[in-house]
Amino acid sequence: MAKNPEHRDLFPGALEIMILQSLRLKPMHGYALVKHIKEVSDNLLQVEEGSLYPALQRMLREGWLESEVGVSSKGRPTRIYRLKEAGLRHLEKEVVSFEKMFTGITRVLAVAGV
Amino acid sequence: MQFLYGLFRRSRRYNDLSVSIQEHIAERADELMDEGMPRAQAEQRARREFGNVALIEQRSREAWQWPALESILADVKLTFRRLRKSPGFAATVLLTLAIGIGANTAVFSVLNSVLLKPLPYPDSDRLTSLWLDAPGADGLANFNSGLRLSPSMFLTFAEHNHSFESMGIWAMRYANVTGIAQPDQANAALVSGGVLESLGVPPVAGKWFSTADQDPRGSKTVMLSYGYWQRRFGGERGVIGHVIQVDGVTREIVGVMPRGFRMIDQDFDLLLPMALDRATLRMYPFGYDGIGRLKPGVSLAQADADLARLVPLWMDTWSNGPGTNSHSYEKWRIAPNFRSLKLKVVGNIGSVLWVVMATVGLVMLIACTNVANLLLVRAESRQQELAVRAALGAGLWRTARELLVESVALGLMGGVLSIGVAYAGLRLLVAIGPADLPRMSEIALDGSSLGFTLLLSVFCGLLFGLIPVLKYARTHASAGLLGANRTVSASRARHRSRNALVVAQVAMALVLLVSALLMIRTFAALRNVEPGFKDAAHLQTVNIWIPELQAPDPHTVAQMQRNIANQLAAIPGVTSVGFAAGVPMDGNDPNWDLMAVEGKKYEGGEPPLRLYNYVSPGYFHTLGTRVVAGRDFTWDDLNNVLPMVMVSENFARESWGSAAAAIGKRVRKYSSSPWQQVIGVVEDVRVHGVDDKAPAIVYWPAIFSDRYATPPQMGGLRFVTYVIHSDRAGTTGFLNEMQQAVWSVNGNVPLATVETMQNLYSQSLARTSFTLTMLAIAGSMALGLGIIGIYGVISYTVSQRTREIGIRLALGAQRSELKWMFVRSALVLTGVGVAIGLVTAAALMRLMKSLLFGISPLDPFTFITVPLVLAACAACASYLPARRAAAVNPVEALRAE
Repeated sequence: MAKNPEHRDLFPGALEIMILQSLRLKPMHGYALVKHIKEVSDNLLQVEEGSLYPALQRMLREGWLESEVGVSSKGRPTRIYRLKEAGLRHLEKEVVSFEKMFTGITRVLAVAGV
Repeated sequence: MQFLYGLFRRSRRYNDLSVSIQEHIAERADELMDEGMPRAQAEQRARREFGNVALIEQRSREAWQWPALESILADVKLTFRRLRKSPGFAATVLLTLAIGIGANTAVFSVLNSVLLKPLPYPDSDRLTSLWLDAPGADGLANFNSGLRLSPSMFLTFAEHNHSFESMGIWAMRYANVTGIAQPDQANAALVSGGVLESLGVPPVAGKWFSTADQDPRGSKTVMLSYGYWQRRFGGERGVIGHVIQVDGVTREIVGVMPRGFRMIDQDFDLLLPMALDRATLRMYPFGYDGIGRLKPGVSLAQADADLARLVPLWMDTWSNGPGTNSHSYEKWRIAPNFRSLKLKVVGNIGSVLWVVMATVGLVMLIACTNVANLLLVRAESRQQELAVRAALGAGLWRTARELLVESVALGLMGGVLSIGVAYAGLRLLVAIGPADLPRMSEIALDGSSLGFTLLLSVFCGLLFGLIPVLKYARTHASAGLLGANRTVSASRARHRSRNALVVAQVAMALVLLVSALLMIRTFAALRNVEPGFKDAAHLQTVNIWIPELQAPDPHTVAQMQRNIANQLAAIPGVTSVGFAAGVPMDGNDPNWDLMAVEGKKYEGGEPPLRLYNYVSPGYFHTLGTRVVAGRDFTWDDLNNVLPMVMVSENFARESWGSAAAAIGKRVRKYSSSPWQQVIGVVEDVRVHGVDDKAPAIVYWPAIFSDRYATPPQMGGLRFVTYVIHSDRAGTTGFLNEMQQAVWSVNGNVPLATVETMQNLYSQSLARTSFTLTMLAIAGSMALGLGIIGIYGVISYTVSQRTREIGIRLALGAQRSELKWMFVRSALVLTGVGVAIGLVTAAALMRLMKSLLFGISPLDPFTFITVPLVLAACAACASYLPARRAAAVNPVEALRAE
């Protein structure tokens, strides 16, 4: 039996946020997403394919994304993922909660560092 | 639709996913090639970077699935695929299960409808049968209904009790309905006030009887059953307020009861108000069934105690007329022993039904063991596959689940098929079931039957699936992969579970065969009993009731009855005719009353109650009942109302030592009654059925002097049963001629309940023959399945041990020796099974005791024969494969390596 697929690169929800944020700029296909995140993060973040595709399917199921038939930059048939209204709302909510968490972590670290 | 749409959308999603992933890899490869890598290397690298495509696709797809269910569904799919590949196995198992589960469902439906479901009345758990024990009243209080109530007793109870919301008494009788086309004999239920109120079923039209209807001087009314309303009045609503003639009395129709409403356990056409007249009531007759509706929260024990104190009050209040002692009934020791109405209705049929249920359940178990055996063989042939799975990391539970999914799926498919079998089986059961099976009309395949089928299917699936699971789910990777079965013969351990199954089968088959044989011996014993009449197949019985309107006084009645007898005797082919107040086994006792023998002193001053019958001259001759001593009545005796009686042989022996000594002796009812001379003694008749001992009977002439009239005057019977001996008994033509004969005497006298004595006789054996049939079917199925089981195990062993046999033969073993080796192993298994079975049977047969007659539950003949038969069958079943083993060619067997 397959093990639980909830493997995350950073911490729970981070991959989703990065995907949502990337798609907010423009609809992309899978490979473009990986490349985009890699480039934007200056190679600091690498998205595992093994996590990307299950995550995309989960987000489709939640109704945050939709997929449509399209072609890649090389002209091959593929599926383009587009952010939906519900996805945008989820992203904003998550960003706020992440920011709070970052602030909290930063403060704690600051105190410990003195 | 939603589901199909979902499936469709899902397959599109899966497709999208594959396209995305393929493009992803291709694009990465392109990029690598752009960096200058050769194509082949670039593609390989892209794939490696991506990882396991199949795994990632599966994980991605799981977003859309319910993983546990999906994987079980996959197992189910696999099961179906495998079953399709072995149709022979699938058909055998499904057929076995369909028949087994179907038979169980059918019997359960009967059991549920008759024993478990509540009676079809509102709040029926508060309905109570007013059963009275009266150990001092001899045959008047029988085990079917206890001591019935008398109207005076009912009035005392109804007016002074604190336990019941309402209570009433009722009885069935025939009623002649005139005024609509042909004269019609209808089944009427005579009900007192309180009966309908207790049952609580409202009429479908009109209303219940009112208090005024129960007043003897009030309006004359009648209610109809739904069936009679439909048949006679076409379901016309306007019938309320119309009048019909019932026994010559004009009665207004006030209500119609709804469809399916029965008077407790009786079908009826009319309901008549009893309209009791206080002024004329005596303490007797004890001929009415009582029912009551308890107040909420009152227990049966409380009601018993409450009414026990009313019995003396009844004796204080009522009398049998001047000069009688109303407290003489104290001798009867009357005590309430109320029970739920359901218990009364169901009676003692419960034991029969439970035995039949246990029987088919046992057959089901045997069938399951056979299926388990087949599954074991299948699991064995899959051992290698299971070992590979285990090696790849399949856990215990995963393997067990797969095996169980297969067996439960089989069980459920068998269950679905079984519904058809159950439906057919139920019709068969109702057709061959005892005619007196209570609540027959309520028997149906309903929701609870289907629920039972489902449960049983799953249970069976788990049961026969568990055995391979216990054996193979633990398969270690090494065992199967080493190919052990190529090089060595089967170990003992591998056969242990199959052997255990055979032992269980033999034990269960033995129990069933023992019970079947006991029933067969019971039936034979019953058939050998002399019932006290002969040539039952050629004896026609017919009930004729002469209403007062047709013959106002006893003389006219007697004259009409004699004329009818003469007309019946004149029908071609009729050899003799007689009539009586009741015929053997018709389920009704004409009368029970005191009977004192001259010169005998009785304990407590009063003689015991005896069964009375009232017979015409020629009645015994017609029935074939021998006159042992003295002579039969003649018409002259009857016409002159001579004070004489005949008695049964056991009465004569008990009173005077022998039949011959009885002639000329005198008996009388009460000290104030005239003496009656005994003129004849007839052989004992088993009037209550062949399995019940013949009671002592006093036979009065059909015309007798009225016991209370002074001076004695003639009394007669208005309701008699004619017995006609003819080769044409039971044919339609004969029935028509009988009707003509009766109508030639009086056109307003209908015929009712036309039967042959053979029918009455068979009915009295019905329970035994039903149980016998069921057990015989179950027993032979068990024997058949057991033989198949033994044959299967031995021949499988032989096929597994071919190599070993080859070696033995090569080393010089004798063929006969080899044959014997296999037969012996079968006999050992059978022996163990028989030993276990015998102990079980000895314990269980005690429970069947009430169904047996004339033999002990530990009948030695049965307990010796059955094991011998089983052993013989086992020897035969194992001989065939054993012969095959002995025929093995050692060269070929070893070359097969």
